Amino acid sequence: MSIKLQVNGQVKTVDVEADTPLLWVLRDELMLTGSKFGCGMAQCGACTVHINGIAQRSCVLPVSAAENMQITTIEGVAGKEAQAIQQAWQALDVPQCGYCQSGQVMSAVSLLKTTPKPSDADIDQAMAGNVCRCATYARIRQAIHQAADTMEA
Amino acid sequence: MKNVIQVPANISRRRFIQGTTASLMIGAYLPMLAKNVMASSATASLEANAFVKIAPDSSVTVLIKHIEFGQGAFTGLASLVADELDAAWSQMKAAHAPANVALYKNVMFGVQGTGGSTGLANSYLTMRQAGASAKALLVAAAAQLWQVDAADIQVKQGLVFHPSSGKQAQFGELTAIAAGLSLPVQAPKLKSPEQFIYIGKDLPKLDTVDKTQGKAQYTQDIHLPNMLTAVVAHPPLFGAKLKSFDDTQTRKIKGVVEVKQLNNGVAVYAKNTYTAIKGRNVLKIDWDNSQAEQRSSAELLAFFKQTNQQPGLVVTRKGDAEAVLSKTSNKIDVEMTFPYLAHAPMEPLDAVMQIVDGKVTCWFGSQIPTLDQGAIAQVFGVAAENVDIQTQLAGGSFGRRVTQDAAFAVEAAQVTKAIGQPIPIKTVWTREDDIQGGYYRPMAVHTISTAVDGQGELTAWQHRIAVQSILKGSPFEGMMQNGIDPSSVEGVSDLRYSVPNLSVDVHNMQVGVPVLWWRSVGHTHTAYAVETMIDVLLERTERDPIAGRIALLNDKNREIGVLQAVSALVEQAGPVPEGRARGVAVVQSFGSFVAQIAEVSKNAQGLPHVHRVWCAVDCGLAVNPNVVRAQMEGGIGFGLDAILHGELSLAAGGQVEQSNFHNYNVLRINEMPQIDVVIVPSDAPPTGVGEPGTPPIGPAVANAWRRLTGQFVTTLPFSKGVKLA
Repeated sequence: MSIKLQVNGQVKTVDVEADTPLLWVLRDELMLTGSKFGCGMAQCGACTVHINGIAQRSCVLPVSAAENMQITTIEGVAGKEAQAIQQAWQALDVPQCGYCQSGQVMSAVSLLKTTPKPSDADIDQAMAGNVCRCATYARIRQAIHQAADTMEA
Repeated sequence: MKNVIQVPANISRRRFIQGTTASLMIGAYLPMLAKNVMASSATASLEANAFVKIAPDSSVTVLIKHIEFGQGAFTGLASLVADELDAAWSQMKAAHAPANVALYKNVMFGVQGTGGSTGLANSYLTMRQAGASAKALLVAAAAQLWQVDAADIQVKQGLVFHPSSGKQAQFGELTAIAAGLSLPVQAPKLKSPEQFIYIGKDLPKLDTVDKTQGKAQYTQDIHLPNMLTAVVAHPPLFGAKLKSFDDTQTRKIKGVVEVKQLNNGVAVYAKNTYTAIKGRNVLKIDWDNSQAEQRSSAELLAFFKQTNQQPGLVVTRKGDAEAVLSKTSNKIDVEMTFPYLAHAPMEPLDAVMQIVDGKVTCWFGSQIPTLDQGAIAQVFGVAAENVDIQTQLAGGSFGRRVTQDAAFAVEAAQVTKAIGQPIPIKTVWTREDDIQGGYYRPMAVHTISTAVDGQGELTAWQHRIAVQSILKGSPFEGMMQNGIDPSSVEGVSDLRYSVPNLSVDVHNMQVGVPVLWWRSVGHTHTAYAVETMIDVLLERTERDPIAGRIALLNDKNREIGVLQAVSALVEQAGPVPEGRARGVAVVQSFGSFVAQIAEVSKNAQGLPHVHRVWCAVDCGLAVNPNVVRAQMEGGIGFGLDAILHGELSLAAGGQVEQSNFHNYNVLRINEMPQIDVVIVPSDAPPTGVGEPGTPPIGPAVANAWRRLTGQFVTTLPFSKGVKLA
């Protein structure tokens, strides 16, 4: 079926089955490959995108449910939180293999939007759904604090 | 390894000279050029040698012979070139070298490949020489252009200049001339350490920006015209054989293009990934389980324990441990069990392959390209030189991307061949394929007896290990010595602590579950066994865990050095907070030395919570301390994950019980400790850091836990081995 999506501020029309998870529409139809496949059951967060500004796992969200929503992927994420997060990520050299990092960044940006000055417990709660097998977690935590500090300054 | 791997024949110099067209071939040192570099090179680019390419825009691309999967190979190897080249770090780029054993072999393996934490160590001189030879060419070009003596030309931060005349040029202004020059036969002199500008200093990683913005491209991200995506239905049990299948329902799904039988599986090809997965879900397959491994983990464990009651193959004999142990009551007997572990890299296995007119092109995270190249060639029935591997960034490996039999490369080749069309095929594994696909860290049982004399001195150590060999039955079997797989016993066979009577045996257990190298390999279990055992002995004899270890390490100065360094680091943190305890471990692995101290409390579930870890590492010269620290942090997280809750188990009947991250528990951010790393200064040649951070954390946590609770956890993971009050 033909579905109209609003992705990164643009209207896109795709012809896919209604049950197709948004992740596969982004990756295989729209070639927005920054969002990654890691588990297919919302257990690892590699596929995290923003739906109306809030972090969501795109691997379990049927594309039909994303119609009329504002979808933002790592390719389109912008604003002061995104800038602060990505700069802190770079300053601390957070990524190792990097495969999970799009999802980590999207979750972290979403966190700072709702909680501009997160505690360690806030970070644990917001980021525990994002698995990093390289275990870059210590730098992720540090980078989120650093980004929060930058935004405050 | 060089004695056991078949290097594809006929990767000739000639092949690389052909197709180089108008480009240059320079340098007495490594004059050959990589094919893909040639294809993409601009006319005025300088292909200084097999590793260094300088473009007219002055960007320097370093061809990296090791796969980048997070360990920092791109940055580490590029920094070696940049230093000798005197380039600005901002002009440096890195790209994977193509599969070409003649140019890009790992000098420690004899084949092109990455593993055993050898990447930096085996490249240290080669990459510096490559940078120095490229610099010599640029200087020669400037000398010709300016008609001055090359000896009067200097290079600094990417600028070539002649001080007395004031002439200067960027690298890119000299590439066209340099391309027409030959190097002097004598290799350029390398810098002495005090001249280093990058080596030994923190440098931002080359791939960080792309990886932060979702721009880094992995195999999974490749989309080519007319490409189909395939998933494969695998046997449900290890060793099961395909009997028959019914694809009626699969073929009814819109977007499914083809279904093909493979040697031992069924491939579903579709227009996109999700459709292929859907198609596989409705295949009806009959498997023959008669030859399959059907024992459960519990049954295997009992079998391993029973086997360990008997002596095994003799690994080490010093003195007569058995006699000493038989005569004393002052001994400690311990049995430790370690489960199978999956690697679970974030990017499941995947590859894109295409065969056109007998030439195969492959895009994937190939960890041992030489092995993969030969195996793929065999499937397609072509010569190895007709298999081009374009190595891609990989989303982690931890050992998973290097199987003894190139199993995944073979599967992807079979899938690509079976469709019978010259179109690109992307073969992808789902997480379930990954968790249930075998090639695990082997299950192991250690049975240990130790004795101390009346003065509390360690007198005897008897150690039996029942474990599957990783090498046995593989193309690497030639690395075994007298039937002993070194990776089964490393860390015990060469016990670092001095004990007058030492006896080590191994049983090579026969199980139908494929096993594999897993970040730090044998040390994943041997370090736990040795470092918890020694800690118990020191505690029983009322000795300090650090001073006591140092006393038993005699002249092992580098182990002693990291113990002292970690001890100094932890002192800065002050006394242990109430309700917590600290434990230490020190391990030498892959030529590097790491000591760690973990600070642990009991959480609400009665399990350990690790608050802080202090880590001291001696890896020789630390080329990029930033990367060294990152690898220690990651290695600690990976090891902690395993000991806290890592377990891959087989149910009755042999089915793997876990399938995805909901039941294969992995470390998450809330379990990650604060980590402080100190790098012990050294001018020894650099050694690896990818693996050595992993072994000490398990025993450090176990030792802290025992000192906190009195419980010596001998069944891993902790989620299983801790006795809840």
